[in-house]
Amino acid sequence: MGPRLKLFLPLILFALLAITLFRGLGLDPNEMPSALIDRPLPAFNLPALGQTGMVSAADVTGQPALLNVWATWCVSCRVEHPYLKQLAQQGIPIFGLNYKDDDSAAQRWLEELGDPYRFNIADREGTLGLDLGVYGAPETYLLDATGVVRYRHAGVVDEKVWQTILEPLYLALSKGNGVP
Amino acid sequence: MRLLRQLLLAGLVLVAGRTMALIETYEFSTPELEARYQQLSEELRCPKCQNQNIADSNAPIAQDLRKLLHQQLEQGATDAEILDYMVARYGEFVRYRPRFGGANLVLWLAPVLLLCAAMVVLIITLRSRPKSAATTTTVLSAEEQSRLQSLLERAEQDS
Repeated sequence: MGPRLKLFLPLILFALLAITLFRGLGLDPNEMPSALIDRPLPAFNLPALGQTGMVSAADVTGQPALLNVWATWCVSCRVEHPYLKQLAQQGIPIFGLNYKDDDSAAQRWLEELGDPYRFNIADREGTLGLDLGVYGAPETYLLDATGVVRYRHAGVVDEKVWQTILEPLYLALSKGNGVP
Repeated sequence: MRLLRQLLLAGLVLVAGRTMALIETYEFSTPELEARYQQLSEELRCPKCQNQNIADSNAPIAQDLRKLLHQQLEQGATDAEILDYMVARYGEFVRYRPRFGGANLVLWLAPVLLLCAAMVVLIITLRSRPKSAATTTTVLSAEEQSRLQSLLERAEQDS
């Protein structure tokens, strides 16, 4: 290294540090990959909301789908709800995981605001939520046709999130018969 | 006056009840379990409020995890079993004391490696430095001397 270049060493180090730290400003610390990525949905056998039967992991497999974790106590879920209805109208299969909620309150919510879900898993105690590593609501999991978790989005799914993250993954899964 | 005092007392009891409800207390069958509970709840990170452990956090998920921790301890799970259970669900992130191995090696070894690198740089710098201060006072050659002279003269003229 020439003596000239040596002079610029502190500047180069500073620039590298500045770039790294500046990038850090734009990152969202909530965007953590789920521990379940590329692993099958945990086994469960829970009642279906508003129905008499029980549902298990087999009931949500067969096609790529979204599994949306929601609850009536969750304020952001109300924000997210209209967009989920829009997605359901487009034919995207969405399953609901009603997380630590009161069944009657959840049913009232669906009657009042509309029901975008194929069906809802009533996870009253949050046991499935725990196995999924849910740490808040809303969260949305993208499942492939075999029920393997491909992506987890923590937070509200809106047009931007759908178009930039979830839709490309969903389309890729749909093309390859649901298994990439 | 008496009525007022009774009302005040009732109010205080109500308030106390509400405050108590915020902090749950767990009964442990042995003091060892309680000590392990304290230690583990301080070591496990709350997935929601990322800079707090589950002992400090009041987020619903932290409450759930504390409850689960208590259950698992009472059922006789080992520390390793509990940590594995948590990591399988929430990822390595959930541990404040990361496992030694895998991608975590970078975390564990980076300080040592950086220190070594800094030592090497320091040694090289010190070695390449001239031995004594006397040799560093370089004498200008005749050509450089005349150039310096002309520069100084020009500077004087400019001012």
